[in-house]
Amino acid sequence: MGLLNRLDDPYEGGGIVLGKIEELLNWGRSKSDWYLHFGLACCAIEFMAMNASHFDFMRFGTIPRTSPRQADFIMVTGTVTFKMAERIKILYEQMAEPKYVISVGSCSNSGGPYWEHGYHVLKGVDRIIPVDVYIPGCPPRPEAFEEGMMKLQEKINKQAIFNKRKLLGTE
Amino acid sequence: MLPGEIFTKLKNDFGDAIIELNESPNSDPWILVGADQLFDIFHTLRDADEFQFDYLMSLSGTDLGENLGVVYHLYSMTHRHKLVVKVEVPKGNPVVPTVERLWRTADWHEREAYDLIGVRFEGHQNLIRILLPYDWEGHPLQKDYVTPDSYHGMKIS
Repeated sequence: MGLLNRLDDPYEGGGIVLGKIEELLNWGRSKSDWYLHFGLACCAIEFMAMNASHFDFMRFGTIPRTSPRQADFIMVTGTVTFKMAERIKILYEQMAEPKYVISVGSCSNSGGPYWEHGYHVLKGVDRIIPVDVYIPGCPPRPEAFEEGMMKLQEKINKQAIFNKRKLLGTE
Repeated sequence: MLPGEIFTKLKNDFGDAIIELNESPNSDPWILVGADQLFDIFHTLRDADEFQFDYLMSLSGTDLGENLGVVYHLYSMTHRHKLVVKVEVPKGNPVVPTVERLWRTADWHEREAYDLIGVRFEGHQNLIRILLPYDWEGHPLQKDYVTPDSYHGMKIS
């Protein structure tokens, strides 16, 4: 968040902001994440509360999209059955890079109550697509969604765009 | 009308096809019927003036070990009485006549019972899986169902 800090304390004389172009790009990317919402079970109900005015998910700059081609991250909220797992994978593959995945709730993280005996449930969505942020809970409180979203922003801010092998802030 | 009276009236009409009345205090009274005349029995239950069971509340499949069973919960909006009807068929050849033409709601209920338990409803116009993927093998709510290792390359357990 180097750029924002410098906005608070501008270069002496004012009017000039010094920063890296990557930080500028990441600042923009992390503050306007559009998401594809994959609501599958009760976590999606909790996510509705998150979206409503009490918690106001849009303050993170997120906008719900109905097409994976316009989305920056996919939010998997709920029980992933095998029938649905194939659809999730197809939708994930349709998203443009860079793309992220947030897995919400016990079911999506690890299979949840179906961990041992569910014949129809995928034991964690990370078995088919790479997950960036896990939000625990059954279902999680809206505060947990906020924490998860901040973790994702943190991750995006650290990403190097030109030299992908290193994180920003590490030499 | 009480289930006992319904049982007596049905017994007069259908004889041996009506097998048993069970009035256990632990559950709703139910009538066990044979699968052969099932459609006619339900037709009577729906259309006869004294019964008028115009509402099929629920149709469920059960695995009883040797047999597969189907349980019908009926309700009459006119007379406000209820009836539970059960039918049992052998697991080797679980064929039950469909009641889809009598109550439209039976369409999806029968597909679900077929999908998960494996009861085949003879005469159903579209008896395909409703919940599981079409290429799923077996009927997972049967007691002796063995969970496969993987589905389309995804590990199950």
